[in-house]
Amino acid sequence: MLEWRRRREPSKAMLYLSPLIAIGLTMLTGMLVFGAIGYDGLRAVTAIFITPLIEPQRWADLGVKAAPLIMVALGLAIGFRANVWNIGAEGQYVMGAIAGTGVALLTHDMTGWWILPAMALGGILGGAAFAALPALLKVRLQVSEILTSLMLTYVAVQFLYYLVRGPWKDPDGFNFPQTKMFSASQTLPAVAEGSLVHVGVPLAILLALIAWFVMSKTVAGYAVRVVGRAPAAARHGGFDANRVTWAVLLAGGGLAGLAGLLEAAGPFGQLTPQFPVGYGFTAIIVAFLGRLSPVGIVFGALVLAVTYVGGEIAQSTVRLPSAATGMFQALLLFFLLATDVLVRWRLAWKTRPAKVAP
Amino acid sequence: MENAPGEGRAMTAAILVSIFMTLAAAATPILLASLGELVTEKAGVLNLGVEGMMLCGAVAGFAVAYSTGSIALGLIAATLAGVAAAMIFALLTLGLGSNQVATGLALTIFGIGASSLIGAGFVGRTITRLGPLFPADYAAHPWLRLVFGHDAIVYLSLALVLAVGLFLRRTKAGLILRAVGENADSAHAIGYRVLAIRTAATAFGGALAGLGGAYFSLALTPMWADRLTAGRGWIALALVVFAAWKPGRLLIGAYLFGAVATFELQAKAAGWSFIAPEVLAMTPYLATIVVLTMMSLGRRIGGRDAPACLGKPFPAS
Repeated sequence: MLEWRRRREPSKAMLYLSPLIAIGLTMLTGMLVFGAIGYDGLRAVTAIFITPLIEPQRWADLGVKAAPLIMVALGLAIGFRANVWNIGAEGQYVMGAIAGTGVALLTHDMTGWWILPAMALGGILGGAAFAALPALLKVRLQVSEILTSLMLTYVAVQFLYYLVRGPWKDPDGFNFPQTKMFSASQTLPAVAEGSLVHVGVPLAILLALIAWFVMSKTVAGYAVRVVGRAPAAARHGGFDANRVTWAVLLAGGGLAGLAGLLEAAGPFGQLTPQFPVGYGFTAIIVAFLGRLSPVGIVFGALVLAVTYVGGEIAQSTVRLPSAATGMFQALLLFFLLATDVLVRWRLAWKTRPAKVAP
Repeated sequence: MENAPGEGRAMTAAILVSIFMTLAAAATPILLASLGELVTEKAGVLNLGVEGMMLCGAVAGFAVAYSTGSIALGLIAATLAGVAAAMIFALLTLGLGSNQVATGLALTIFGIGASSLIGAGFVGRTITRLGPLFPADYAAHPWLRLVFGHDAIVYLSLALVLAVGLFLRRTKAGLILRAVGENADSAHAIGYRVLAIRTAATAFGGALAGLGGAYFSLALTPMWADRLTAGRGWIALALVVFAAWKPGRLLIGAYLFGAVATFELQAKAAGWSFIAPEVLAMTPYLATIVVLTMMSLGRRIGGRDAPACLGKPFPAS
């Protein structure tokens, strides 16, 4: 018989292995579930998890999908480390895009190298400002940031609808609810001539490196971890939990806002009602898959990007509905949380109580 | 032609009554979901997956009601779907000791995905909505409709508020449940099965969230649309905080929310052009933030409300 045994120390190996086990279990379960409801389960799973990796023409898509997920997840993970549960990144992402687009609309007739950086700054400030409200309410009044940040997501989305249907509607847009297309100096350049990969992709990786440095090599990163893991010790050590709450929420909002602006100035090229695509929520999965570590998040974002790109492939090859991607992503998070148990416990053969030697 | 004065008054009464009926209907799903979550939280479990469980209930209820033609079967299926979703949560958090916040979020992401996948074939389909429990012509006495004109679920939700209130305050089982939420270690030491009690409370929360979700697809908007619950599950969570974990105040809170939602509908129907429809659509969420803030201001005077072990794993790891 097998039995659970508590480990004396959390297993380092399992910390890194359990995400892989979770991915394997997700593929297996997906195969069974989608097979049971009448799809070709094996082909569906292959299309979603394997095809995007082995077809080089999909790699650019993977990078473009992964970039916003990396940025948003970095911000969330820093917060989760400090026990601050910002789950309204989707709203901060939308607000960042709105603020950056505001800059774009003001500078529409201008040209210059400075326009894109100004838009990016707008995006960061927009996202951070939108995260400031949950921060203020949490620090001053102990209102749960979980609920406030999430409520604000619905507010941001409605605000976006209002703008694209009202004041920001493109007058030459055939009555479609969307803003003007961004001009050439407002659109993200590609990393290389003719490539689909825009500069947001290397920027996301650079940000991951910066986040890794800050989190593991600086006092600020240490403060975040101590406040999250041992609030009492943190107070003793003179770390101000309120200041950490402010910092992680503003950083998370700023990163989500930047991701939003880069999506608007990159793949979208304008704002439309289709803009909120749920990256803010998917990034929660990325953060956990990456074990809340910046380097892990880069890999986690790639896995989720694979499911997005693969989901589209499965839609055309085995007619799997697009909602299946969301199901796979949720399954992945479930299995990830479940296999976490292996970090603290191990399965072992049950041994009979040792006989006392005569 | 002039209306007789009596006729005019009857018209006004009919309009007022219909506004109150809309209010009760808007309040009911959120009352059910938050009542379930209240019981779950009283046992010390923080399940943030209410929105996901509601969506599971909404889609299961609609699918079964559409296929069988029976609203009753739909409601049963929705309740079971809510329980099933809650059991995934219980398995992970109570069985495997995973983080409750993260697992609740996972449950919501799961509910959004699953409902969208199952509901894909039902988008735009309609059914005959759940009708009043006592169908009658209330033209002569429009005010009687306020008492007798609701559907069965409205009455059920009110009865459940009373039942849960009495259960928590007046029964031994309710006392044990609260003990488990206030001090799991002590409850365990006296010999109560903490995990079993928490699992049962989580299942109850799932059942009511599933039923509340089905109220959307079977009574409010008798058709299927993606993400039908539109964040109401999160508002239900906020409502538990607002109510300071007391069923009676939950009732007040849910009906206040119903009033906000009805105001939104009325303003839209009346075509108020000075408020953008998007601003009206924001009101429930903004109102929730305002209410949470006011609650927090009030609590500084009133002291702590939440169960002491809320969200803490057992056994502590």
